[in-house]
Amino acid sequence: MPGNPIDVMINQYMQQGMSMEQARIMVSSLYQIDFSKPVWEQYIEYLQLIIRGNLGVSYIYTGVPVARIISYALPWTVFLLSISITLSFVLGIILGMFAAYRRNTKADHTITLFSTITNAIPNYVLALIFLFFFACVWKIFPMRGTRDPRIPPGFTLEFISNVFHHATLPILSFLITTVGSWILQMRGATISVLGEDYIKVAEARGLKGKRIMFSYVGRNAIIPLFTRLAIAIGYMFSGSVLIENIFTYTGIGYYLTYSVTARDYPLMQGCFLITTLAIILSNFIADLLYGFLDPRVRIER
Amino acid sequence: MVQVKEILTKALKKLVYDPLKIILKSRRGTFGLIIVLFFTLMATVGPLIVRYDPSTVNLSEALQPPSLKHPLGTDWFGRDILAMLIIGSQDVLFVSFVTALITTSVATFIGILSGYMGGKVDSALVAVTDIVLTIPGFPLLIVIASVLRTSNPILLAAILSITAWAPLSRAIRSQTLSLREREFVEMAKCLGMPSIHIIFSEILPNIMPYIIINGIFAFTGAIYAQVGLFMLGLAPYKSQNWGVMLNLAVNYAGAVFSIRQASLLAPAICIILLQVGLVFLSGSLEEVFNPRLRSG
Repeated sequence: MPGNPIDVMINQYMQQGMSMEQARIMVSSLYQIDFSKPVWEQYIEYLQLIIRGNLGVSYIYTGVPVARIISYALPWTVFLLSISITLSFVLGIILGMFAAYRRNTKADHTITLFSTITNAIPNYVLALIFLFFFACVWKIFPMRGTRDPRIPPGFTLEFISNVFHHATLPILSFLITTVGSWILQMRGATISVLGEDYIKVAEARGLKGKRIMFSYVGRNAIIPLFTRLAIAIGYMFSGSVLIENIFTYTGIGYYLTYSVTARDYPLMQGCFLITTLAIILSNFIADLLYGFLDPRVRIER
Repeated sequence: MVQVKEILTKALKKLVYDPLKIILKSRRGTFGLIIVLFFTLMATVGPLIVRYDPSTVNLSEALQPPSLKHPLGTDWFGRDILAMLIIGSQDVLFVSFVTALITTSVATFIGILSGYMGGKVDSALVAVTDIVLTIPGFPLLIVIASVLRTSNPILLAAILSITAWAPLSRAIRSQTLSLREREFVEMAKCLGMPSIHIIFSEILPNIMPYIIINGIFAFTGAIYAQVGLFMLGLAPYKSQNWGVMLNLAVNYAGAVFSIRQASLLAPAICIILLQVGLVFLSGSLEEVFNPRLRSG
């Protein structure tokens, strides 16, 4: 393994005057590693431990279980992503339907152009620009961190507003760079549903425009977007690495890069595992949602 | 001789003039084409006319505001920002181009093979694609790039395409599956044509537009991943790159709070312009390939 931190540790202890044997025993008891077993056996042991929820002990934060670091970091990432995804999805659906109902008007062209441009901007570039203007130049929002450590955590107005104050810039950078794709997808889906025969029938039956918009057009156009939403959640875990680093937001993504630069392999594996689980889980939910939302798929099976 | 000339002009008309006419018809297409051409020129001709060596440190000229001598000012080490930007574009564009090339070729190969062969080959390749699809791409990239710490552009491009091919491969597979059922492919099969011939002259030309459009998206994705990697400081600093510029700008902003706008905003605006230009161009190319999308 390149840059093996265990070797580094053993070397350090040997330089402090321990014998090779002593240093190995010291390190193996510190990090619960059994050198006598071959690597594959150690790997199987690692897998067994993972199933029991034990992700090992961090190398850098000596003695702290990886599971505890992750349980500290995960809520922040989930908080950040859930708010930005919900906002971006709802906003995208509203604006997408609006644009589809007014297609080929000036409003539609403006919305489509806005979506195409924001969709193309990398989220970290926008985050850097936000950081520069809002935190460095105008000092409206804090530059780094998840919360002010001086304010005690709890369900107080002060604490909650402080958390949101810190989360505003990361959420905005996510929101603006992802809302475009929802707008474009919803616009396309709505336009294709508007051309369906059952919409004409509903109109011919004299149903109110609002009812057609919500129960006929909206409901049908939204189905394919819901499954993509589930998949997008998984991918945003992967995208949050950059945003969390820019704002020093101590979530999973932040600890992932930190552990990579510090060669903290257990922590790295733990963060990677959580991100992969998020993607697999969201794919699974997408499959379930598809059958749940679209009765046609259920009947065919 | 006359015939050759006629064929050449016809090909030129079909491959260059007609698409160009369609692209230039729309404002977005024109904008995209100009931007992409601009950055291509910047990366190819630019380094030849740069007056400053962006790797030499000159502290007496550090943090200068924009002037005639330095159009975008200088950074903390007294390096000319415009020169860094131009030299950096070379790396960004080259690595991203190679990545897009690798990604699309691998995706096309696996997608067509899987869709056309069917059976066991298909299920094996689909399983591999599905597994790769569940791997978080950017985190894996971070891990690999920081372990290998390469400054070789080709190797970097190979790393960048490790997981990027999977979604495109899946899409190409489904395109191939639907093409395989079409009459002209059935006809070719009945005539006893070899599979190689069917793949290369019946199936590939039909999905070529799709591949080219997605090649552009692979390019934008590669720019995102590559610049992001350099911005996090996880790839070595040897090369001049917009991501390295962003990284330096961020780190120095955190340290001294006296950030010079140009050192952060210049690479940021370049990245945004290039990405938007590529997306606009791909939208126009879609109109070139699909006449139904053309308006008027």
